[in-house]
Amino acid sequence: MGEKYVLQMIDIKKEYYGNKVLKGINLNLKPGEIMTLVGENGAGKSTLMNILFGMEQIRNTGGFSGKILFDGKEASISAPEDAIRLGIGMVHQEFMLLPGFTITENIKLNREILKPGILSRIFGKRLSRLDRETMGQDARRSLDKIGLNIREDEPVSGLPVGYMQFVEIARELDKSNMKLIVFDEPTAVLTEVESQRLLDTMKKIASEGVAVIFISHKLDEVMEVSDTIMILRDGEHIKTVNKEDTDVIALAELMVGRGIDAGSIAPKRNFDDSDIILSIGHLSVDMPGEAVKDFSLNVRRGEIIGLGGLAGQGKIGVSNGILGIYPAEGTVSFHGSPLPLNSPLQVLKKSVAFVSEDRKNVGLILNESIEQNIAVGALRVKGRFLKKYGPFTQVDTKARRENAHRMIKDFQIKCVSERQHVADLSGGNQQKVCLAKALTMEPELLFVSEPTRGIDIGAKQVVLDHLVQLNREKGVTIIMTSSELKELRSVCDRIAIVTDGKLETILTPYAGDVEFGLAMSGARKLAETQDEEMKK
Amino acid sequence: MKEYGKKILRENVVTIVFAVLCVLGFIASGQTFSYVLSEVASRLFRNFGLVFSLVIPVIAGIGLNFGIVLGAMAAQAALIFVTHWRIQGIMALIIAAAICTPLAILFGFLLGKLFNKTKGQEMITGMIAGYFANGLYQMFFLVLIGTLIPLTDERIMIYTGVGIKDTLKLEDSVINALDNIWKVRLDILSRPLFEAAAVILILLAAGTIRKKAPGWKEKLAAYGVYGAGLAAAVLLCIFNPSVSFAMKFTTVPMVPMILMILIGLLVNSILRTKLGQDFRAIGSNMKVAASAGINVDKTRITAIILSTILAAWGQIIFLQNIGNFTTYSSHEKVGLFAVAAILVGGASTKKATIRQGVIGIILFHTLFVIAPLAGKALLNDAAYGEYFREAISYGVITLSLVLHISSRVRKKVRK
Amino acid sequence: MNKRMKKIVNTFGVPRLIIMGYLLVLLIAMPFMGLQMEMLYTQAFGRIGMYGVLVLAMLPAIESGIKMNMALPLGVLCGLFGGAMSLEAGLDGWGGFAGAIAISIPIAVVVGILYGIILNKIKGSEMMIATYSGYTAVAVMCIVWMALPVRNAEIRWPQGNGVRSIVTLTGKYEKILDHFLEISITDELIFPTGLFLFFGGACLLVWLFMRSRTGILMKTAGSNPVLAEATGISVNKMRILGMTISTVLGAVGIIVYAQSYGFFQYYMAPLNMAFIAVAAILIGGATVGKATIFNVVLGTILYQSIMTFTLPIANVIMPEGNLSEIVRIIIQNGIILYALTKAGEHR
Repeated sequence: MGEKYVLQMIDIKKEYYGNKVLKGINLNLKPGEIMTLVGENGAGKSTLMNILFGMEQIRNTGGFSGKILFDGKEASISAPEDAIRLGIGMVHQEFMLLPGFTITENIKLNREILKPGILSRIFGKRLSRLDRETMGQDARRSLDKIGLNIREDEPVSGLPVGYMQFVEIARELDKSNMKLIVFDEPTAVLTEVESQRLLDTMKKIASEGVAVIFISHKLDEVMEVSDTIMILRDGEHIKTVNKEDTDVIALAELMVGRGIDAGSIAPKRNFDDSDIILSIGHLSVDMPGEAVKDFSLNVRRGEIIGLGGLAGQGKIGVSNGILGIYPAEGTVSFHGSPLPLNSPLQVLKKSVAFVSEDRKNVGLILNESIEQNIAVGALRVKGRFLKKYGPFTQVDTKARRENAHRMIKDFQIKCVSERQHVADLSGGNQQKVCLAKALTMEPELLFVSEPTRGIDIGAKQVVLDHLVQLNREKGVTIIMTSSELKELRSVCDRIAIVTDGKLETILTPYAGDVEFGLAMSGARKLAETQDEEMKK
Repeated sequence: MKEYGKKILRENVVTIVFAVLCVLGFIASGQTFSYVLSEVASRLFRNFGLVFSLVIPVIAGIGLNFGIVLGAMAAQAALIFVTHWRIQGIMALIIAAAICTPLAILFGFLLGKLFNKTKGQEMITGMIAGYFANGLYQMFFLVLIGTLIPLTDERIMIYTGVGIKDTLKLEDSVINALDNIWKVRLDILSRPLFEAAAVILILLAAGTIRKKAPGWKEKLAAYGVYGAGLAAAVLLCIFNPSVSFAMKFTTVPMVPMILMILIGLLVNSILRTKLGQDFRAIGSNMKVAASAGINVDKTRITAIILSTILAAWGQIIFLQNIGNFTTYSSHEKVGLFAVAAILVGGASTKKATIRQGVIGIILFHTLFVIAPLAGKALLNDAAYGEYFREAISYGVITLSLVLHISSRVRKKVRK
Repeated sequence: MNKRMKKIVNTFGVPRLIIMGYLLVLLIAMPFMGLQMEMLYTQAFGRIGMYGVLVLAMLPAIESGIKMNMALPLGVLCGLFGGAMSLEAGLDGWGGFAGAIAISIPIAVVVGILYGIILNKIKGSEMMIATYSGYTAVAVMCIVWMALPVRNAEIRWPQGNGVRSIVTLTGKYEKILDHFLEISITDELIFPTGLFLFFGGACLLVWLFMRSRTGILMKTAGSNPVLAEATGISVNKMRILGMTISTVLGAVGIIVYAQSYGFFQYYMAPLNMAFIAVAAILIGGATVGKATIFNVVLGTILYQSIMTFTLPIANVIMPEGNLSEIVRIIIQNGIILYALTKAGEHR
């Protein structure tokens, strides 16, 4: 249209239940430009794209403030259909394909080309026949644009996962008025060859005048394909740079650094003399979205060790695998003797407890009382809260209630009574119940996954303090998985960064921001090569 | 290719077992082929509507629609009124069809709404909804007619003046009205039928070779098998005396047969339209379909409405052949028998075709006819056969459902 | 006030309130219609006691996560078999009653375990397949009943082989529980203490079980299978346990029912038992995923009271026509439909 910018997002602000997730973002995108959004988990990238695409969860949580201009005109996007009509397409991380349909049928889903027939003449348009020939030709054209050499009448179910991504792209390209396509972490499931082809496709699309927004944390890809790079951190727009003016190291630093003050870093403690309480060797875990490929780590008794890294890189999979929630392979030994995998009961019986990141499904029985939720783990594993009458048992309601009272007091769980259903509690209080349950099992080693997710700021500190207290006073070794680097740095003695399902490196809390950024983006090697190049 | 053969075998276990049972039962019963052929033929041409009505909901992901009972009730209500008004001959059936269609649309709409509230449990919901609707149906026709709804008609009502009779006989001219329009003996009909079948097979095979779409080799092999079967049937008819006698003995009611072909074609045509594509989309994955902009709930309701209409018409075809019906219970087993038939034909909760419906009716009803006779011959007691029929009907549904659902659960776990 | 009303409506649900309202109307209308109240109350007591254990059978199934046990006919068939065998052995009185129970329990355990194994392979479609398994079993057993070489003339068809469709218990142990410690409040108003003692005892045993270690593990598996597995509970084993207990209760339940009713009904009769029990526990406030003893007791009282009182009133209003049966069909299936839609909403 001759407009300077195809998309302008002006001063976008968004709050989720009082939590400021986006604090005034400005984005300007020219036609044919590839802009990459870079940032840690929770930086606000996905939220910004959800706003652009009119997703329901934005509307349901109070909408957003700010203006969106598309092609120079103000746009009101309140549903995906609005975005599609404007010419905005999105290639999702989760494939929206029908396996039983052919590639053509998927590309044309709900946009089929119709031709009239007897039934349509009587009963209306919806009974028109499908013009499969023309549909096939259109599909062929889109596939050729991407350089994909498969038959358009192949069923999608037989395709390798990498190809499915391309079918999604072909679908977006087939939409006639495409002006902007958003790629949300598209290379997460692709092989290197497929990723390269994807980047080439992106460049090709851009060269034809379609603007591209690319979300990625793989800094090497970002450097290869972007025209401009926008860094977000904690919902704030940190900087927008042109590719020529930056490099991997600078990006990593911008992603992570927040000028953390010395006071909120954990005190230095040395555990080199402690014995190894848990030894993990070549662990692989089949957890959808958080696969672990080859992870090894030694945990020293008495320490608090953190597992950090970007979403989807596997840090969550480690604890889930060891605790038998998802299938795992490898060798794990506890106190020197082998710990069986894929058996929750055996692990729990050895006084290893787990607070899962999935509070509602794995952590709690929503329609049960607080006291029962707290007691159930210890009841099963250690036989606590039971009175014996010969071969029969009955639950010891008094002991169960006393334990619940104690936990409610210690954790300041806001509730009406210990008999209240857990479903009625706020997220933060639910998390406290999960912790209480784990502690009731009197563990020697505690895995905690995302301990303060969804908890308001005030309660976050309470939870972290409890964990520290548990470690200092009761000597419980803690393995803490968290997406929030700040949290890990304030509490852990060591932090292991998990990237691409493997241990990338182990850092101390007071290591530099750059090191964390590089480790999490897996671009350490790239930076080393860059360093060497510069030294020459 | 061998994989494909194994897959076909595994997926059609129930059909194959049933076919074997039919053959064994036929031998055990000692009946003539003529008797069996003519019985099964007449059942085929009266049950097809009800069975075909199950196809669309399966494709749309709603599973086996036990709620077709509601369509049957709509048809019965229409027939009651048509009999009350003493309409004669084929007009009676046409008017009944006209009356029951809007009723079926209403019932289908309500049932569709109910299914949308119970996604994932549609089959049991349909069953219970059928029982519930039966209660309302009985309330209407047994209690309200003659009291709150003033109606006097000695021919159809109970002598006390309240409620419709237990067994209702259609007007004499209406019974078999469709069948009697045109009847042809099977041996005369067989020649043009075989020729038409051969031509269609050759055309289909040629088309498959020409297009070479993915999976064409398997399709061609299937056509080859059909061709061999066709040739075998032709040879049997010419050279086997009991078969050729049976064909002289059997008459085919042409209008129902034409209706069967038309309704079968109608269902398949609908499935090839945009609406049909939408059905297949929501049947495959509701979330993906919704993200593409398809109104999943509305499409499901449309599927159920179509199913209920077809069931209503099917019940009219069924009842005009039977001639009289037990007002309060003839629709009870409608869902059971139709579902059992299509499952025997090889359908599952996720896949159903017209072809499976036809094969299923033939096999299921063959065993239905033979079982009591076999029971009498083997164990000297016909009552065994009656219970055997019931056990087979329920058993085939249970077995088929367990096989299909357990394999689906296993596949999900493996992912 | 409006808010309070809304809360009551939401807790109970509209259909349940309708049913309770309907019962209230019946109770008020009955004396005015000149019906013999005392005899009706006695009948109601009898029906509550006699269905009680069958309704109780639903609880372990629901709590263990396999939803409503539509395959209750399986347990009922075990009980019927035990009853036949006990009569065949010539036992009567307390021996006959106890004998029937003793024979049927081990059979019910085996059947429950086998069926539980099947249930574990079809997670998600339990109710559908259970219904059809029940039907199949009843139909197959019809063939068995016909062929069973029983010798006792009282249970055998006069003309040869097989069990009769209705086997009377008069002179054997008819109403042996009902009459035990019977309390005659007035001439016509009799409370069958023994029956309620048995029902109460069964409820107590189930209640104690649900508070035992195994019971709590079973409940956990039913409420949240993912958490249960993560806590080292074998959900599959718990489901089999729930099915087995339910089947055993079904077997015992039908024997209690038969002794009160006075007959064992073979052939197609067991088919309806599941639906009656399901409807009763749902009316009592249970859902597809959660049930308590209170639901069992309240539901049985409500459902059976309605059934007892509707018949005579219906006969007064409309002597022709089977109004009470129609009301039963509508209420029974209506409440099940309601529960299904509610379960769908919570998905």
